Amino acid sequence: MRTIKFLLQKEFRQILRNKTIRGMIFIMPVIQLIIIPLAADYEVKNINISVADHDHSSYTQKLISRITASGYFRLTGYTASFKEAFQQIEQDEADLILEIPAGFEKDLIRGNEQKLFIAINAINGVKASLGGAYLSTIIRNYNDEIRVALIQPSRYNNVPTIEIASANWFNPEMNYHVFMVPGILAILVTMVGGFLSALNIVKEKESGTIEQINVTPIRKHHFIIGKLIPFWILGNLIFTIGLVIAWLIYGIIPQGNLAVLYTCTSVYLLAILGFGLLISTFCDTQQQAMLIMFFFMMIFILMGGLYTTIDSMPAWAKVVSQFNPASYLIEAARMVILKGSRLRDVLPHIIKLSMFAIALNGWAIYNYKKTS
Amino acid sequence: MKIQTVDRELSIKTEKLSKRFGQFTAVNEITFDVHKGEIFGFLGANGAGKTTAMRMLCGLSTPTSGKAQIAGFDVYKHTEDIKRNIGYMSQKFSLYEDLTVLENIRFFGGIYGLSNQQLKTKSEQLITQLGIQQEAKKLVSSLPLGWKQKLSFSVAVLHEPEIVFLDEPTGGVDPVTRRQFWNLIYEASDRGITIFVTTHYMDEAEYCNRISIMVDGKIEALDTPANLKQRFNASSMDDVFYQLARGAQRTEG
Amino acid sequence: MIRDKKTLLILFGMPVMQILIFGFALTNEVKNSRILVADYAKDVASQQITARIEASRYFDVEKTILDHKQIESAFKEGKIKLALIFPERFNEDLLHQNKAQIQLIADASDPNIANTLTAYSSSIIQDYQNGLNTTYSPPYRIETEIRMLYNPQLKGAHSFVPGVMALVLMLVCVMMTAISIVREKETGTMEILLVSPFRPLLIIISKTVPYLFLSLINVISILLLSVFVLKLPVNGSVLLLFAESTLFIITCLSLGIFISIKSATQQAAMTVSLMGMLLPTIMFSGFMFPVENMPLPLQIISNIVPAKWFYIIAKSIMIKGLGITALWKETLILAGMGVFLLIISLKSFKIRLS
Repeated sequence: MRTIKFLLQKEFRQILRNKTIRGMIFIMPVIQLIIIPLAADYEVKNINISVADHDHSSYTQKLISRITASGYFRLTGYTASFKEAFQQIEQDEADLILEIPAGFEKDLIRGNEQKLFIAINAINGVKASLGGAYLSTIIRNYNDEIRVALIQPSRYNNVPTIEIASANWFNPEMNYHVFMVPGILAILVTMVGGFLSALNIVKEKESGTIEQINVTPIRKHHFIIGKLIPFWILGNLIFTIGLVIAWLIYGIIPQGNLAVLYTCTSVYLLAILGFGLLISTFCDTQQQAMLIMFFFMMIFILMGGLYTTIDSMPAWAKVVSQFNPASYLIEAARMVILKGSRLRDVLPHIIKLSMFAIALNGWAIYNYKKTS
Repeated sequence: MKIQTVDRELSIKTEKLSKRFGQFTAVNEITFDVHKGEIFGFLGANGAGKTTAMRMLCGLSTPTSGKAQIAGFDVYKHTEDIKRNIGYMSQKFSLYEDLTVLENIRFFGGIYGLSNQQLKTKSEQLITQLGIQQEAKKLVSSLPLGWKQKLSFSVAVLHEPEIVFLDEPTGGVDPVTRRQFWNLIYEASDRGITIFVTTHYMDEAEYCNRISIMVDGKIEALDTPANLKQRFNASSMDDVFYQLARGAQRTEG
Repeated sequence: MIRDKKTLLILFGMPVMQILIFGFALTNEVKNSRILVADYAKDVASQQITARIEASRYFDVEKTILDHKQIESAFKEGKIKLALIFPERFNEDLLHQNKAQIQLIADASDPNIANTLTAYSSSIIQDYQNGLNTTYSPPYRIETEIRMLYNPQLKGAHSFVPGVMALVLMLVCVMMTAISIVREKETGTMEILLVSPFRPLLIIISKTVPYLFLSLINVISILLLSVFVLKLPVNGSVLLLFAESTLFIITCLSLGIFISIKSATQQAAMTVSLMGMLLPTIMFSGFMFPVENMPLPLQIISNIVPAKWFYIIAKSIMIKGLGITALWKETLILAGMGVFLLIISLKSFKIRLS
């Protein structure tokens, strides 16, 4: 125990003396929580629509005004040819084209049926699928409106209709920041914990101090624990700063129990720190450690369900994401902060994270060789 | 735990100790003894295998074959016991640059299990001995190289080990500082600490009780400096070394 | 650099892994979402609708009757994303009163998923309703035909491949170049080079050429993977793509040199490259975050990120198949940045020397 005390003293002194780390403690949460939610706004709005109108009738005018009034669309082009509209897509000036055939109004009234063409730039899949869905809904509602106007009410009422009452729970204003912030908190502790721990032992290797440690009778697990605890405290501190920022700026207050939230984060921190230390034991230079950590960070973050849901991934990728500790914290943080999930709801997450923590730290201790 | 050997007057005892990295034999069956309290010089050209041999003796590297006992402990089985009984100062300065002099002393003393009382007296003693009262609370990175090396040595013998291993301890410092450094070594030796030192400086070799000269992974000569000069019919250690190292195949490594 | 096998392996292996993983795993399509159907009616209509929903690949249906409280619990456990509730006597209401109600409750903590799932299930219900009405098909029907351009399966790969390319080039050219030059400064070998008879420009060139080649090899491997493994063909001119990539690489190398001149330690170079270069690249190039949704100041900042312009160019060539005539503006901006960076980095190198 006394050895650990000396190790902790040393690590804390080094951390607090390091300007980069000191700056990081405050700057990282601020930057990540202020800029990323602003930048990572996937709320689909301001979809640029270009209308290729071959009809120029009062019906098309009414339809266009319905579309622009919906709030989702911005009319960026109104042309008489599909070709011109398509050029706008190529220039990224439009996201989708609505093509209205010639004689649309006349034929609809006379022939009872008309077809509208929608072409969507699907490179951005979220925007494409939602844009398409929104536009179809607007057209359907518009269609109903026309019917009501053209048909006598008695006949129309004979048609059985299913009314859909939809409700949005946990985030009724459908605010995208609310969704992103808990995930970003998870990423914040991942990045700080991962990079700091990955660089730490390597730094001692590069400066040669690890040799001096290796000739002492220090126990391997004492050494690793001595590294783990300071970063663990640091990670919790940064998480707390992040939570405060989330509250001050976005007004997000965890719905669930704070103790549950901190339990998840603490266990996760042990896992990710263990992972960083493990990488540290494998690498010879800080450059290598940085690169490898960067590679895993990308995978952890992108496959962790922060941007695209894990549910939609192919089966093998779902298996891979089972081995991604970040995915558990991202999910658990969202559950506790947004939905107020209780301890028993996130218990499976905590158990899996504990297994990661034990396995990764055990591996790091095993792989840290005092004798080569 | 301690294995009683026939002769506990020996600090180091090796027998055909070897280390191979793949096809390359860095250390080739070296056999030698070092007595308690002796200053033992370990010489050799660059790449002769000195550092590798020393790392094996410190328990930093596992030998490929052969036997060795350090302070009575086996290098295969009891590396951690060896570590409790030795001090080590590597070629590269390896105290924490971002800790102060006092903090380094406390840290290393602490992990060797010195009590708070011992830590206090030891660090005071050490600081007066080195004459660095002014610098005690300064970061180590701000000290000149010569002071750093003296500090490293003092930290390496802080816990009064049985043996201290010094890997080219005086590289890159001026003759005056080297002289002071050797005074520290003598003081430690007087307290009964065995000194195992590698060096490039032949004048330093003369300060040793006995020296061994390694060429291409093998020990080619081992005796007192006077005997060696006589045997090779040389006027200085420089000459002895030159005669032996001339035939070396390896120069860099 | 070439000696360092581990680093080399990482530099080649990383883009390959990233392309494979992201190309296959990331999709913006919403499918296999777990939903709950609470059917209090258990009649023909409710069962038919449920069957249609089950048949859709968007949903993974669990059928249990739960009350509101239990549904809330299920949401909290993260078991379901949407609940669909049929009230009692659903079919009866539909047939006799011509009006029946279905309740949809979405977990809106992810607003996009909530919107998409609500839209999908609504359209299935609507289809069912239209099917009922075939006997007396409603008049004045407007049909819509939707065509997804460029990426009909809504694969993530289409936006990720050009994005990963920009990122990897940035990583190799900026970060690795900066670190390797600073390392020479740290170990003192730079001094030796500087006192040698080589001209400073030559030293810089000799330091950067390996990275230029490495980057080009990375571009080739990424393209080969995306064409043959991800089946994502390059619709435009490959030659043009290479020319543009080289332009981007030179811009990045200049940045790397500039950072290396300005920073004293590897760690500083790393921090600056990571914070100042990679993060903005990820955030502002548009491949992960939609630039058009950002607040105006951020949109303006995004214009000074070279990767943004390269991403637009690469995306346009690879996916839209556009030629230089459509891209001259972006190319010019990128070239301007490259020239500017090259000049200031060479200038500061000279200042350091004198």
